[in-house]
Amino acid sequence: MNQTWVLLAYLVAAVLFILALKGLSSPKTARTGNLLGAGGAALAVVVTLFAESWDNLGLIIGGIVVGSAVAVPMARRVAMTSMPQLVALFNGVGGGAAALVAIVEFLATGQQESTGALSATVFTVLVGSVSFSGSVITFMKLQELMTSRPVVFPGMKYVAVLAAVGAVGLAVAVVPTTTTALVIALCLVSLLLGVLFVLPVGGADVPIVISLLNAFTGLTVAASGFVLENTLLLVAGTLVGASGTLLTRLMASAMGRPISNILFGAFSGGSTLGGGEASDRPVRSLSPTDVAYQLGYANKVVIVPGYGLAVAQAQGTLRELVDLLNSKGIEVMYGIHPVAGRMPGHMNVLLAEASVPYEQLKEMDEVNPEFSSTDVVLVVGANDVVNPAARLPGTPISGMPILNVDQASSIVFLKRSMRPGFAGIENELLFDPKTQLLFGDAKDSLTKVVTALKAQ
Amino acid sequence: MDGMTLLTIFVLSIFVGFEVVSKVSVILHTPLMSGANAIHGVILVGAIIVSGRAETTAELVLGLVAVVLATINMVGGFVVTDRMLEMFKPRKAPADKEPQA
Repeated sequence: MNQTWVLLAYLVAAVLFILALKGLSSPKTARTGNLLGAGGAALAVVVTLFAESWDNLGLIIGGIVVGSAVAVPMARRVAMTSMPQLVALFNGVGGGAAALVAIVEFLATGQQESTGALSATVFTVLVGSVSFSGSVITFMKLQELMTSRPVVFPGMKYVAVLAAVGAVGLAVAVVPTTTTALVIALCLVSLLLGVLFVLPVGGADVPIVISLLNAFTGLTVAASGFVLENTLLLVAGTLVGASGTLLTRLMASAMGRPISNILFGAFSGGSTLGGGEASDRPVRSLSPTDVAYQLGYANKVVIVPGYGLAVAQAQGTLRELVDLLNSKGIEVMYGIHPVAGRMPGHMNVLLAEASVPYEQLKEMDEVNPEFSSTDVVLVVGANDVVNPAARLPGTPISGMPILNVDQASSIVFLKRSMRPGFAGIENELLFDPKTQLLFGDAKDSLTKVVTALKAQ
Repeated sequence: MDGMTLLTIFVLSIFVGFEVVSKVSVILHTPLMSGANAIHGVILVGAIIVSGRAETTAELVLGLVAVVLATINMVGGFVVTDRMLEMFKPRKAPADKEPQA
């Protein structure tokens, strides 16, 4: 194929990527935006396949078929609750692919590359490997294949610094020497660095790390664009790197935490981490009928949904309860914390899945002034986002803005057990005299409340 | 292509990247992250190029692994983002009170 046509197709793809990101920023255009992105990517791949008469074309197409066969069922079947870890995994393999591309290009032409291209190569190998192993750990944490709490061992800080210095040192050494062994060592040390980088990040902060690693992968793709002198990779990677960095900052500020605090918080404050154990202090529990009475005689109810709601697949039952309350003339709204669920905006996705009307969802700033005039707050499967410990210094969630449910007249928690939330710290609010608890699976409990309310 | 041109493209793309997402609403943080994640799957283009030029078995094997991984990133990323956004679609509820745009 004529080189000019290839470059023109790349230009079209790059424009489609820009339109995709733009579209994804607004609810009306988001779906179209994503399709534009997919179209751009498909165009770029097809044009590349036929750009030259490649050796191994059959094997390459076979690889694409295998990759699609793996990815499509995963993406289609994943429960919306587990979607954050899938995004982490997809991001990780992208970082791994970028690192491999840089390594292969180095093996092929390493000796003749310019200093600039070699610098881009070592950057890609380093950051791509960090992104790969970091994302795998993130996946394991969210999938609960390992503890979601920060993992810190004695001297870890020094090992991490040593790995970071080692990786940078190896990267610098590769450029003048172009030794294959050093590149392999760089890859291995960077993989270790990625693990050390994510291990100390705890629970609720993990999504921010996904976003950061996403930006990292974008930058590695941009760097491989330098290495291969491919403008499309350069533009697409840079777009993702820049927008991902901004998105990470937006997410962190939604949680009221500086990024440095999230990444290095566990190193500096290791001793303040919660026990993660269930407490045996006395709490007031109540029956589903009691909950139905409290709700039935309220004027204003705020629902605070959390990840536990989604795990129990109880969104539909919750909507049924809210519809019932509305029909009795009770004012009901949902208070959505920015990080309710496992990622910013995750709860909106989950509630949209249950066709909850959009206008009942109130963001934190809108709903917080409402609590002082609220009769009953129903907290369903949420914990950390209403934990007043966030207002005190020295806890893993210190500084995170919370929903001020403690200002309401009474609070009802639907909880499975007394186990602490994702952040692993106890919630004093559970022991407040205004608080009552209904234990059990969220869907089960909500169904019983709905039945009791209908019987009233 | 000379380094200076590539650097120019790089710097301008940074500004575009910041600009296009600067007004994103909180509810779309997750789909936007996922969509951006899919876009960097275009590293598949790089994986195809290095595999196509591979001369040794080692290069070919590593290149093909990169092809598979990049495809998973790209295809899976777009599909999962579409599924997320599909949920936002049936928002016909405000029809009775929302003013016409």
